[in-house]
Amino acid sequence: MTIGIGHYLTVAACLFTLGMLGIFLNRKNVIIILMSIELMLLAVNINFVAFSYFLGDIVGQVFTLLNLTVAAAEAAIGLAIVVVYFRNRGSIAVEDINMMKG
Amino acid sequence: MALTAGFFYLFAIFAVVAGVMVIVARNPVHAVLYLILAFFNAAGLFILLGAEFLAMILIIVYVGAVAVLFLFVVMMLDVDFAELKAGFIKNAPVGLIVGGIVLAELILLFLGRGFGLEVSHPSGSAAQAASGLTNTQALGQVLYTKYVYFFEVAGLILLVAMVGAIVLTLQHKVGVRRQSISRQVARTPKTGVEIVKVASGEAIVPAADGNS
Repeated sequence: MTIGIGHYLTVAACLFTLGMLGIFLNRKNVIIILMSIELMLLAVNINFVAFSYFLGDIVGQVFTLLNLTVAAAEAAIGLAIVVVYFRNRGSIAVEDINMMKG
Repeated sequence: MALTAGFFYLFAIFAVVAGVMVIVARNPVHAVLYLILAFFNAAGLFILLGAEFLAMILIIVYVGAVAVLFLFVVMMLDVDFAELKAGFIKNAPVGLIVGGIVLAELILLFLGRGFGLEVSHPSGSAAQAASGLTNTQALGQVLYTKYVYFFEVAGLILLVAMVGAIVLTLQHKVGVRRQSISRQVARTPKTGVEIVKVASGEAIVPAADGNS
């Protein structure tokens, strides 16, 4: 019973699919969509670290570090936009976001 | 090895279950808490993979900052989340179909091929132990030399995100008297003091600009 790279990649694939499914299921709630994106980024990070370990190359971990940075920045900006949007419209439903008529 | 496998299955199952609960939880506060649980279990997986530094960073940055930020926003906004939950069942079939297809494809690919990377040569930790470096030291040695520009760009991204979040959420209220440091510093005795001769029996009318 040895744990190979396929096991880690399978876990990451499950988490990635759950993140995608969360975007499909909670199509109205921006906050849950942002959380789903975080789950997908976490899955990508698990992939990076798994390959870093099994290839014996630490660059995967460096990339994971940069990935974490970008994910944190994305969460901060996304939540700031949600707060501003709620202040203006009193709602965070996705279908109400049509002020710019894009 | 059996212990490692046991911990792997423990962390993996908990991470996946927490991920499921994130997307099906009715209360968004519970969803954030399950997200935190998923992050902790992913940190456990990182430790199994010999990336201790990243595991600690994941807990500190994600659980300590990002998840708490989510928690703040969820609790601060007074949203009717039950109303937002409508359409959950309606969207479920297409989501399950697409998700199932993607998951099946990915798992078939990973389990079928394995990328030729078997456990027989887990070169990662072996090479690391041979060089006598801890994970943090090894990471720092490449991060601050070969990838220093990427590191600085990451810092810049965080700076831009910080400034952006502040600019987005800062609101100027009208009618609030703020301290104006430049005006205070620019005051001189000439502009700060006004000497008025008051004739006896008359009143002083203040200047209209509000300075006096």
